[in-house]
Amino acid sequence: MYRYDDYDRALVMERVAQYRDQLQRNLAGELSEDEFRPLRLQNGLYIQRHAPMLRIAVPYGMLSSVQLRKLADIARRYDRGYGHFTTRQNMQLNWPKLEDTADILAELATVEMHAIQTSGNCIRNITTDPFAGVAPDEIVDPRPYCEVLRQWSTFHPEFAFLPRKFKIAVSGTLEDRAVTYAHDVGLHLYRDDKGEVLVRVIVGGGMGRTPILGSVIHDALPWPHLPTYLDAVLRVYNRYGRRDNAYKARIKILVKAIGAEEFARQVNEEWKLERDGIATVTEAELDLARAAFSDPDAPARPARDASFDAHLAEDRAFARWVSRCVRAHKRPGYRSVTLSLKPHGVAPGDITSEQMEAVADLADRYSFGELRVTHEQNLVLADVALADLYDLWQGARAHGLATPNIGLLTDMICCPGGDFCSLANAKSIPIAQAIQAEFDDLDYLYDIGDLELNISGCMNSCGHHHVGHIGILGVDKAGSEWYQVSIGGAQGNTTSLGDVIGPSFAADEVPGVIKKLIETYVEARTPEERFLDTVRRLGVAPFKARVYGETAKKAEVAHG
Amino acid sequence: MADLIRDNALAENEWTWVKLPESTEPVRKAAGKVVMFKLTGEPAAPEDVVAACEVPAGKVMIPLTVWLRRREELAARVAAGEIAVWLDSHEEPAELAESLGGDLNRLPLIGVNFPKFIDGRGFSIAFILRTRYGYRNELRALGDVLRDQMFFFRRTGFDAYLLRADQKPERCIAALNDFTTPYQTSTDGITPVFRRRIGQKAIA
Repeated sequence: MYRYDDYDRALVMERVAQYRDQLQRNLAGELSEDEFRPLRLQNGLYIQRHAPMLRIAVPYGMLSSVQLRKLADIARRYDRGYGHFTTRQNMQLNWPKLEDTADILAELATVEMHAIQTSGNCIRNITTDPFAGVAPDEIVDPRPYCEVLRQWSTFHPEFAFLPRKFKIAVSGTLEDRAVTYAHDVGLHLYRDDKGEVLVRVIVGGGMGRTPILGSVIHDALPWPHLPTYLDAVLRVYNRYGRRDNAYKARIKILVKAIGAEEFARQVNEEWKLERDGIATVTEAELDLARAAFSDPDAPARPARDASFDAHLAEDRAFARWVSRCVRAHKRPGYRSVTLSLKPHGVAPGDITSEQMEAVADLADRYSFGELRVTHEQNLVLADVALADLYDLWQGARAHGLATPNIGLLTDMICCPGGDFCSLANAKSIPIAQAIQAEFDDLDYLYDIGDLELNISGCMNSCGHHHVGHIGILGVDKAGSEWYQVSIGGAQGNTTSLGDVIGPSFAADEVPGVIKKLIETYVEARTPEERFLDTVRRLGVAPFKARVYGETAKKAEVAHG
Repeated sequence: MADLIRDNALAENEWTWVKLPESTEPVRKAAGKVVMFKLTGEPAAPEDVVAACEVPAGKVMIPLTVWLRRREELAARVAAGEIAVWLDSHEEPAELAESLGGDLNRLPLIGVNFPKFIDGRGFSIAFILRTRYGYRNELRALGDVLRDQMFFFRRTGFDAYLLRADQKPERCIAALNDFTTPYQTSTDGITPVFRRRIGQKAIA
């Protein structure tokens, strides 16, 4: 993975010094809350319901075991011994003390980490496929491009005070695993018939209050132009994005207002200013970035392993885990493993310091000391030998990291919600836990099959509810918490936004509603259909009838 | 009292900053940039306010709207080097350039206002003035000019900073160099770090 040199180290240390000074001025009353807020946000620090929340950057989701151990150590010493992985592949600490935050950033800097631009109205952490570099369907490894863009976006002098936050996702695979159509900018890397890497630039997607899928504004941008072209995109947005209403300030509103074609025209006009200029990336520079992501020095292995086959045949629990948590790898004899952070009864994405250390050990032993964070809030060990899978499984299982539910209903995406987040309208973790309790039978879960259930505690949509096969959104109605349910959303190549099935529900009704949706699916499905496919074939109506028909009947009885 | 920093030092402020009185009945700018203005809802000054705006003697920095509508009256003073123009964050550098026949360097000074420090449009305006229009004279940041943006001001092309009254000038000067080697280029033409690394490898 990418390692710091003196330039990176100096920048991060200078950032810590700058932040420490800002914090001290704030504590001394020289820097008002209003003026400190944007500064601390750009260092990942929110002031939350109970305490500050610190969001630590995990650039494009790549972590080393050394870094994860440091996170464990920080969570133990400065927090309550656990952290939370987010849908932007970052880590959040929920209970640090404001006074400690500069020290925490200094500690992070010792392992080449920071919290730069993890919040605030600036270019955020760039996300990508957690299986980058190992996926069999990969066309272009996105990580060197992500690193080039990380450096381009870090402290970009022109774009530190944008109308609103700005999120970029990069995908280099056939199957989009980075939700690129629901980002401010989505980038698809692909090759033309001569093998040259080109970029499809998608602008103006997003979730939030106004979910919109992005529009392609450049279908074949040669990669060296990425920084200058994105400068042009950002410049048009910075100047003309709305600043009078935070809910209408994302780039998607501007693109929708003037139209994608007009937006593209303005970007092209602006691009003339810098095109082929000093910021154009050279082959040698990209090679330097590429070298940071060369394949680990892994020995060649046979495509099959007898002990693995034997364990698979004998041990049903292991076979189950393999079927859900192990993915194909581009090299024979290797696999990628997803460690589930969704055991039932725990907030999705939460991980204790002990578990972090256990994962770091597993990464050292079985996956070259590296791991990745997924936007579904799980962890990935990307390069595991087939022959090691059984041992790895046992090690992971001992620490509650081998729940075989990846891609199943209980592998939910869930934001911290009203328990922690001051933006939330409603709690989301208790809803996730209630659903996990309702669907605690593993056989039933397997029968239901692939299903993505995403929960957000408010319209900001950190829990990606719009693109969940089932989406749950917490809403505030007259001061109490209600939940709106949508179905038919999806990420990937057939990204779609879910349709709301009807009026919202009280918290205790939600598990029952999900149960009815699932029963409707189970009764109506064809043998090949996933939940999503059935919804797409039948539409919302039968699901709605089942959920509200019975509710309506119950109401009649109650009032009759 | 607001301090002025020019380049890296405190400097004498010879320029009177002329502002339009607060308008009681803002009108929306119509035509031309209509889409943008409707979107951002920025008010434009009414004709009578612009006409009534007093432009005192000596070196003055006047609003773009006053310049655009009264430039004939001010032509002699431009020639005498007494007129500078400032843009608010929603205003168009293109309009200023057009009014000067594309030669912004006829002005000794251009100001860019930051009505609130979280309004980052002025950074792009500065970049455009320096690059697209090749403006080389003094470019002054006005308004909510705070220590924590100094590094960004300098990189996007400002070389003078009229600090907000509560700012300590020596701390602001120090903040111009908060970071030694930024990753990316800007109007300063700094070599992107990736290219420096190639250079170092070549030497090593």
